[in-house]
Amino acid sequence: MNYWNLFYIALRAILSNKMRTFLTMLGMIIGVSSVITMLAIGQGSKRSIREQISEMGSNMVMIHPNRGRMGGVRMSSADMQVLKAKDFEDLQKECPHISAITPQVSSSGQLINGIKNAPTTVYGVNEDYLNIRRYKVDKGSFFSDEHVKTYAKVAVIGTTVVNNLFDEETDPIGKVIRFNKIPVTIVGVLESKGSNSMGQDQDDIVLMPYTTVQKRILAQTHFQSIVASATNEKDTELAVEEISAVLRRNHQITGDKEDDFDIRSQEELVSTLTSTTDMMTVLLACIAGISLLVGGIGIMNIMFVSVTERTKEIGLRMSIGAKEKHIMLQFLIEAIMISISGGLIGVLFGLLASYLVNFLAGWPVYIQGWSVLLSFAVCTTAGIFFGWYPARKAARLDPIEAIRYE
Amino acid sequence: MANKSIIDINNLTRNFQVGDETVHALRGVSFSIQEGEFVTIMGTSGSGKSTLLNILGCLDTPTGGNYLLDGESVGNMSKDQRAEYRNRKIGFIFQSYNLLSRTTALDNVALPLLYNGFVNKAQRIERAKQALIDVGLSNRMYHFSNQMSGGQQQRVAIARALVNNPVIILADEATGNLDTRTSFEILSLFQDLHQSGKTIIFVTHNPELSQYSSRTILLRDGKIISDTYNSHPLSAAETLAKLPNIDL
Ligand SMILES: Nc1ncnc2c1ncn2[C@@H]1O[C@H](COP(=O)(O)OP(=O)(O)O)[C@@H](O)[C@H]1O
Ligand SMILES: [Mg+2]
Repeated sequence: MNYWNLFYIALRAILSNKMRTFLTMLGMIIGVSSVITMLAIGQGSKRSIREQISEMGSNMVMIHPNRGRMGGVRMSSADMQVLKAKDFEDLQKECPHISAITPQVSSSGQLINGIKNAPTTVYGVNEDYLNIRRYKVDKGSFFSDEHVKTYAKVAVIGTTVVNNLFDEETDPIGKVIRFNKIPVTIVGVLESKGSNSMGQDQDDIVLMPYTTVQKRILAQTHFQSIVASATNEKDTELAVEEISAVLRRNHQITGDKEDDFDIRSQEELVSTLTSTTDMMTVLLACIAGISLLVGGIGIMNIMFVSVTERTKEIGLRMSIGAKEKHIMLQFLIEAIMISISGGLIGVLFGLLASYLVNFLAGWPVYIQGWSVLLSFAVCTTAGIFFGWYPARKAARLDPIEAIRYE
Repeated sequence: MANKSIIDINNLTRNFQVGDETVHALRGVSFSIQEGEFVTIMGTSGSGKSTLLNILGCLDTPTGGNYLLDGESVGNMSKDQRAEYRNRKIGFIFQSYNLLSRTTALDNVALPLLYNGFVNKAQRIERAKQALIDVGLSNRMYHFSNQMSGGQQQRVAIARALVNNPVIILADEATGNLDTRTSFEILSLFQDLHQSGKTIIFVTHNPELSQYSSRTILLRDGKIISDTYNSHPLSAAETLAKLPNIDL
């Protein structure tokens, strides 16, 4: 027996019953493409949320006073005089996994420029703040170390503040505005960042040297918080440990006494937020899994029915001299050809559908290689197995039994 | 005559188990058929004709008895060897044609050769064409089987049975689905094949048709009740000429 003949026979069988071939392929196409699309939507939204968060700086670490202490009287954390200049200096010196660190103090008030004014919050920080929060200076420059040391009355502002206080034609650099009656010179304007994923306008911001805010506005020596950047995302936990060690030492907290400070990393925020999207991905994966199962069962059914319906044909082929292995190989080749081409078309449709979802509905999609591979593999395996198995059963009959089969 | 024995069966039995009941379709059948014979196996419906022919065609296995085909004992053959025998030595013709639908006459006829490793593509097409010419379908080679009349389909089936140049042709009620006129055309074709030297076993329930062969084996309830030779078989072609021509 020339085995090329079997390819020829299989191809003939596929081409001579186009409807059956089409229906079989349809099962594969729907199974594969729906799974790919679902997973692409799930992954897409998860990624987009992650991206938005990491825009804010995913390796950020925030240190606040711990509100739980102070003998049962709950106080605003900002009023607790826990974080001192020495803490900041020690953290800056002693923590190898921190790449940037700034104290933070803030004060709310009214900004006034002539007849224009806007309510705002002024943040007292140092130069590292730019790095930590991923801001860039667009015009002018950021205030210098020298400004920090001399409590200089200078500010860097965001574009929303610029629009609130100045005409379009006016260059804000060098202009003097007032914050709670204190004249402040604008030295720089930040590049616009737009809104963050929680809808906050990140351009409505006024930054001043922390020393200035402490001494001239708040008249206090402690910080409301200290914000730092870990050397990279993976080092966040190490950085948190280092910070904790330094602060416990400085604050003389020993043994199992409760910390008077609270350290939070952006990573935690990321994981809370992504857990929601994780749930959605799980949900979509379940739907995809069910589609895969239904697709597989559909493939099984059509293959089973079409092979069973072809028992007579199998009997005829055997009656004119086909051996069991010829029948099995023929059906295996047919099943492979149909399953693989159906699977490939399914992949194509899945990619197309994902693209259309993105294009028409504007949903973020992300196609992962493994989802394509998985759905393709499951469907083609189902197709091949259920194309081959019933044929094997039929090929084991006596020819006359198969021919008589109704 | 120093004729060679093509088929030799001895005390063949075949039982079918239907629920608790055993159906004795063949109850010990023995005969031998020489090369060049044209044998009619006759009997009423249910007498065991098909069961016998299926066993002779290696499509079914007997419950008991011996079967020598072209000198080889079929009982000792493996499944694959029987498949090879069906492919090389036997041409089987079914009452219901059993052609592949949506497939041309030529491809249907060439099918047995696809399972024969010693025939290449050119030979395959050449031989299939010749077989179709032999059965009078030279102008229908590329027609689909399901677009043909019953008589034409049976001719395709006969061509398919001839294409491997078998030692014996087995036909089970080959004219059973056809009108009188077409039946005689097919019968005449079998007589021509017989004339050219083919060995033929022709199964029918119609006593009239037994007059056209050289030997008649009568079957009843799975047993042979008579086995007679006919020295002057009628000519199907002549009978056909005498039939009123209603095609006009
Ligand atoms: N596959 C089968 N299962 C059960 N009984 C069968 C089977 N094939 C044939 N028979 C029985 O064997 C007997 C002979 O059948 P068959 O050879 O088809 O007769 P014929 O072809 O002469 O009409 C009948 O009684 C029939 O019912
Ligand atoms: Mg019968």
